[in-house]
Amino acid sequence: MAIECLVLGAGQEVGKSCVVVTINDKKIMFDCGMHMGYSDNRRYPDFSLISKSGDFNNSLTCIVVTHFHLDHIGALPYFTEVCGYNGPIYMTYPTKALAPLMLEDNRKVVDRRGEEEQFSSEQILECMKKVTAVDLKQTVQVDKDLQIRAYYAGHVLGAAMFYARVGDAAIVYTGDYNMTPDRHLGAAQIDRLQLDLVITESTYATTYRDSKYAREREFLKTVHKCVAGGGKVLIPTFALGRAQELCMLLDDYWEQMNLKVPIYFSAGLTLQANMYYKMLINWTSQKVKDTYATRNAFDFKHVCSFDRSLINAPGPCVLFATPGMISGGFSLEVFKQWAPYESNLITLPGYCVAGTIGHKLMSAKTPVRINIDKDTQIDVRCQIHQLSFSPHTDAKGILDLVKFLSPKNVILVHGEKPKIAKLKEKVQSELGIQCFDPANNETVSIPFTTHYEKVGASDALLRSTLSPNLKFLRKCSEQGSDFSDLDVRTKPGLQVFDDRMAEGILMVQRNQKTKALHQDELMAMLGVESHEIKFANCCPVDIANSDTRNAFLSQPTVDKSFWQHLLFEKLSSKFPETSIQDYGEHLQIESFYVSVCTKEMCPHRTASLQCMPETVYFCCTWSIADEKLAWEIISVIKNLLLKDE
Amino acid sequence: MEFTCLSEGRGFYFPPCHILDICGFRVLLDCPMDLSSLTMFMPVPTDSFTMCNGEITSRSCQRSMDLDSNENKRRKINKPFDESSLIRAEPRYKIIKNLLLWDVSSIDVVLISSPMGILGLPFLTCNKDFSAKVYATEAAARFGQLMMEDLVTMHKEFRQVYGSEGSVSPQWMKWEELELLPSELKEIALGKDGSELAGWMSLYSAADVKDCMQKIQSLKYAEEVFYNGTLIIKAFASGLEIGTCNWSIICPKGSIAYLSSSVLTSATAMCLDYTSLQRNDVIIYADFTPCHASNKSSDDNNGPSTADPNLSVGNVDWEAIADDYQEMEKLDFICSCSMDSIKAGGSVLIPVGRIGMVLQLLERIALCLESQNLKFPIFIVSSVAEELMAYTNVIPEWLNKQRQDRLYSGQQLFNHVKLLNDKRLQLFPAIHSLKLLTNWKEPCIVFCPHWSLRLGPVVHLLRRWCRDENSILVMEEGVDSNLALLPFRPMKMKVLQCSFLSGIELQFSQHLLKTLQPRHVLFPEKLRQHVDLPKNLFSSSYYSEDETLNVPNLEENSELDIAVDLALQLHYTTLKQENIRVARLKGELALEQGKYRLLLGNDQVVSSQVRSAVHLGRIELDVLLTELRKNGLNITVEEIMSADGLHKTSLVHVLEPQKATIEITKAQTLICTANNDLACQISEVVSSLLDCI
Ligand SMILES: [Zn+2]
Ligand SMILES: [Zn+2]
Ligand SMILES: [Zn+2]
Repeated sequence: MAIECLVLGAGQEVGKSCVVVTINDKKIMFDCGMHMGYSDNRRYPDFSLISKSGDFNNSLTCIVVTHFHLDHIGALPYFTEVCGYNGPIYMTYPTKALAPLMLEDNRKVVDRRGEEEQFSSEQILECMKKVTAVDLKQTVQVDKDLQIRAYYAGHVLGAAMFYARVGDAAIVYTGDYNMTPDRHLGAAQIDRLQLDLVITESTYATTYRDSKYAREREFLKTVHKCVAGGGKVLIPTFALGRAQELCMLLDDYWEQMNLKVPIYFSAGLTLQANMYYKMLINWTSQKVKDTYATRNAFDFKHVCSFDRSLINAPGPCVLFATPGMISGGFSLEVFKQWAPYESNLITLPGYCVAGTIGHKLMSAKTPVRINIDKDTQIDVRCQIHQLSFSPHTDAKGILDLVKFLSPKNVILVHGEKPKIAKLKEKVQSELGIQCFDPANNETVSIPFTTHYEKVGASDALLRSTLSPNLKFLRKCSEQGSDFSDLDVRTKPGLQVFDDRMAEGILMVQRNQKTKALHQDELMAMLGVESHEIKFANCCPVDIANSDTRNAFLSQPTVDKSFWQHLLFEKLSSKFPETSIQDYGEHLQIESFYVSVCTKEMCPHRTASLQCMPETVYFCCTWSIADEKLAWEIISVIKNLLLKDE
Repeated sequence: MEFTCLSEGRGFYFPPCHILDICGFRVLLDCPMDLSSLTMFMPVPTDSFTMCNGEITSRSCQRSMDLDSNENKRRKINKPFDESSLIRAEPRYKIIKNLLLWDVSSIDVVLISSPMGILGLPFLTCNKDFSAKVYATEAAARFGQLMMEDLVTMHKEFRQVYGSEGSVSPQWMKWEELELLPSELKEIALGKDGSELAGWMSLYSAADVKDCMQKIQSLKYAEEVFYNGTLIIKAFASGLEIGTCNWSIICPKGSIAYLSSSVLTSATAMCLDYTSLQRNDVIIYADFTPCHASNKSSDDNNGPSTADPNLSVGNVDWEAIADDYQEMEKLDFICSCSMDSIKAGGSVLIPVGRIGMVLQLLERIALCLESQNLKFPIFIVSSVAEELMAYTNVIPEWLNKQRQDRLYSGQQLFNHVKLLNDKRLQLFPAIHSLKLLTNWKEPCIVFCPHWSLRLGPVVHLLRRWCRDENSILVMEEGVDSNLALLPFRPMKMKVLQCSFLSGIELQFSQHLLKTLQPRHVLFPEKLRQHVDLPKNLFSSSYYSEDETLNVPNLEENSELDIAVDLALQLHYTTLKQENIRVARLKGELALEQGKYRLLLGNDQVVSSQVRSAVHLGRIELDVLLTELRKNGLNITVEEIMSADGLHKTSLVHVLEPQKATIEITKAQTLICTANNDLACQISEVVSSLLDCI
C-alpha cells in the first residue's frame, strides 16, 4: 500500500495550493487555491487530474481548507459551484466566517479588471453553505475510517494545520504557518504525532530571520518619517490578516507617539472585518485574549474609513487599501495617483506573487517606469518599503517543525523551486528524513505497509508484562507541545525494556480471533504441563602423572575447591565473553552446572568408569537450550590438565 | 468495571454524581453541590434596600440573635412553620455525603459535564491528597468559574453580618438544635435517613476557586485526551447549556459513553451530538430529568397562569417536550407577563441561573419592549455580569447552528452587545455599586442571582418588591417555592414559576438508546417502570443511589496491535493437539494513546535475552521406547517408585551404540551420557514427542 500525493498546485511555486492525498481508498483534497498571477486557465488547479469524467463527488472523500488566503481557497467556489463538487468541506470557524469576504473582494477586483467572472456572489454563499466548521483539536470523524483534526497554525486568524488519519496511516498538511507569535496571533502548535508524511509550506525555505520586534520598529519608523514629511502612505493589503496586524501596530504607535495623522481603511469591508475579529478573539494571541473583556484589541482608536474623494486631498495620511500585492482594484487606483511623488511611501509585503504590480516593484529601484497594462505606464518615484516581517515561518521554523514531528517522509510545497531544492537537501542531510519537492501535476507515492496486526491480549499477559518495569518512552504525542524543548518532552505512554513479553504466546486458531496470552494460561487452557529436557554427565579427568597434580601434591589442600577453581580459571580464559558464576558448591554458566563429584556411585557416570583412582569427576547438568555450549565446556573439562598452547 | 451512583441529583442545578472504576482507574463523574438546601437558611437578615423619593439608600441594622436562649427554643417548638423557623446563621453548603466516603487520593480522573457539575470541586481540590486530573470543556469551565466566583462574592454578605465562623461547627449543627428543627428543615439538614449532616461544608474561598481552576484541563468538543496513555477521553455536546457535554471513554477493554442530561435542540447551545456516542460498548444513562419533573398537574389543563399572591404558588406547568417550539412559548409567556407587570408600573425580577435562558430572555424581552415602544431599562446585577456578557459573544464554537450563522453573516452572536451599546441594557457588579445607585430607574427588568432566593441581589430586590402586586418574580421549578418564599411573606408580588427543558424526555429516551446502539445500558432504577428498554438490542442493568454495580460486557481481552515487522519474525509451530498454531512473542510492549502496542524494540536488549523454548506435554514411555528402538538403540527399561509410592521414575538404559541412561519423570527427562552425538539423538527423539514453543 502507499500514500499517493497528487500536487495540483503550489508545486515548486507559490499560488493555487492544492494537494490531493490518497490513503487507502480515501481521497482528501487539501486546499483549493487560485493563482493570483494568472488570469487564464493556469489560475486554477487542473481538477481533471482527479477525475477525467468530472465525477468529483465519488472520487473525493472530502476537502480541507487551511486558511482564508486566496492561494488556498480561491478556487473553492469554482470547484463546488461550477465543477459540481458536493461532498464535505472542512475549515475552521474563522476561515468559514472570513473566507467569503476574501472571495467577494477578489471577485470585485476581477470584475473591475473586466475579466470574465468565474463565479458570482451568490455562488460564493452557496459554496460556503456546504462548509462544515471545525474547532481546533476537535477530532472529526469524516467517515468510519477517516479522521481529521485541526491544529493552530498562526499565520492568519483561523489558519490551521490539518492532521488526517486512515487506519494506521497518518499525515499532516501544514498549510501556511508561523512558528513565532506576532502582535495578534500565537505561534503554531501541534501534538507529537506518529506520521508517515508531512506536507509543509516552504515560502521562506532559505531565509533565517532575527527578532521580529526590530523589523516592526523599522516599519513604524519608516511610516512615521513619511507622514512627518507630509507624505501619504499606501499599504496595499488583503482585507484580512495583514491589515489587522499592521493596524494594531500603527494604532499602538499612534497612541504612544500621540500622532494625529489619519489612518484610513479603504472600504467598509475591512472595518467590518474587525467585527469578525472581535467575535473570534479566542483564535488570537494569548495577550490579546487576556484583555478582551475590558478592551477588545480590534477596537481601533485611530482608524476611520476612507472616501474616494480623499485620494488627492492635501496632507499626510496612512491608507490601507485592498487588494494586496497591488493586483488591481482600489490599491492599484491609489497607487497610480500616489506613486509618482517622492514624498509618498508604498509598503509591500515580504512576498508578492509573480505577475502582480507588487512583484514588479519588489525588484525595482526607484525612480522606475513600470507597465501597468499594455496601454498604461507609471513613473514610480515614491519610496518603497518592503516589510521584512512575515506571517510565514522561516527555514529554521520549518526544520524545527519537521524535526518535532519526525515523520517518515516530507513533501515541500508552496515555495520557489531553487529554494525548495536547498531545503530538501537540508531535511535529508540534517534530519535524515526522506524529502520530496514535486512540481505541479506530479504524484509522489509513499510506500507504507499496514503497520499493525490486531489481536486480543489477555489481562494476565498485559499485567505480567506491564507491571514490573514501567519506563517512560520518549517520542510521541503530548498535548499542546511546543517546539522549544524538542528533546526533553516525554509522552504519557509506558514502555517496557525487559523480556517479559517472551512469556507471551501468540495463539492462532481457525475461526477464532488471534490471541496473545501468557504461557501459563496456554498450558492451563490445553491442560498440559511443561516438560523439561535436561542432560547430565559426570565427566572423569585422569590426574595420574599430571604435572599439575604433581606440582601441588606436596600441598595438603589439594581438594574439591582446588579443582573447581582450576576449572573456573580455565573456563574464564576459554569463554571470555560468557559470564561464569562461582557459587562455591558449583560453577554455573547459563543453565550449565558443574561441581566436583565426590560420590562413589554417581548415576550420571557411565557405568564402566565407576570410581577409578587418580581420577577427578566433574558432575555436569544442563538444559537443552545450552546443548552446544555444554559440550564445548565438557571438552574443556576433559582437557583440563593439558597445557594451553 | 464498576459503577457507583453517589447521587442522583435533583434536576438542572444539582446534576448527578457517580464513580466509575475502569481499567484500573477511578473516574469521578461531576462534582456538584446542592444549593437548593440553602433555602433552610434565613437570607442575609439585616440588610435592607429601600428607596425614598426616587433615591436609593441602603442601611444595615444589626439585630442581635440569641439562638441559645431557651425562650428561643420553646418558641421554635411551639410556633408554626414560618419565617422564624429558618436558620439564622452563616449558611453552609451541602456537598454529596457519599463522596466523603471515598478516599480523595484514589480518584484519578474527574470529568465535569456542566458548569453546575463543577461547583463542589473546590472542596475536593483544596484537599492536599487530591491528585486527580480534571477535564471540563472550555466553556463549562469558564461558566463554572464565573458561577463560583459570584457565589463567593455573594456569600461575603453573610460573613459581614455573622462575622467569621471559625472552625468550630456552628450552633445549628448541634444535635439538640437539629432536634428542634421543623420537619421540613430537618429533612434538608439531615437527609431522609439522617445521614447527610456530614455533607455540610463552609464555603470555599476565592483562592480555593482559583486553585481549583488551575487543576482543570479544558477541552474542546471532540478533542481527544489520553489519560495515562490508557484512557481516551472525549467530550461531546449535550445540548443542555453552552459548553455542557457527554463523555466518551475508551480504554483497551472497550468503550463507555456517559450520557448526562441532554437536550436535542437548544436555542443557544450546540445541540446534542449523539452520532459521536454511537456504538459504544456501554452507555451510562444518567439523565434523571423525568424524576424531577414537577408533579404532573397538567391534567387540569389550566395552562399557564400567574400565581395567586398568597400561600400557594401557582405552578405554570408545561409538559416539557423535546421541542423547541414549546420552549419558545414559555419564553413568550414570560415576556408577556413581564410586559403586563411593567406597564402596570411593577418591576420584573428574574433570578434564573441558566445562562442560555438569561441570554434568550434578554433578547426576547428587549424585542418585546421595542415592539411595544416601551423604554424601560434592563439591568443585570452580578459581580460577573460584565465578564459573562463579554464571554458569551466570543464563543461561536460552542453555540448552535443558528447562532453560528449569525457569525457568518457578520452579526453579533447575541443581541445583548447591541443592547449594551444602546444603553438599554446595563450591567452592575453589585446592588450597592455606585454605578447602580446613579443609574437605577424603576420600573425595570432585572436579571440577577441567586435562584435559591437566599443569596445575592435577588434578596434585596425581593424585599423591596414583595409587597408590590404589580411586580413579578420569575422562578424556576425545582425549587420548593413555599420554602423559598417564606422569608418574603406575605407576598403580594406575582410569582411565575416555570420549568425549562432540562434533559431527555422519557418517551424519547428509548428511541435515543436504540439510535446509540450500545451493547449494554446502565439505567436508573427509578425510571425502570417508565421505560421499556428493548431487550433484543442490548442488555441492561439498573442502578440506584449508593449502590455499586459490576458492569459486564466489556471485552474479555484487550486489543493489542502487533507491529507487522515484528509479526513477520515470529516462529510459528503447530501444536500436537487441537490444531492450534502458536508463536512465542518478543519485542517491547508499549501503551500508546490508549492502545497496547507490541513493537520491535531495542534490538540488543531483545536479542541478548532470547528466552529458551519451552516443551509442553508428557512422555508416554511406550511411544518413547518405540521411537528409540526405531533409531537403532539397544535399550532396557526399569521403573522405580519413589519412597512415598506416589512418583514413578522410568529409567531407560541404552546399551548400544554407546552407554546412556534416560531418566523420565512427569516433569522432566534427564539424559545421561558422555557421548555428544548420542545425547543429541536421544534429545531429538524426546523433543519430537513434545510441543516446543
Ligand atoms: Zn497564507
Ligand atoms: Zn499561501
Ligand atoms: Zn557425578
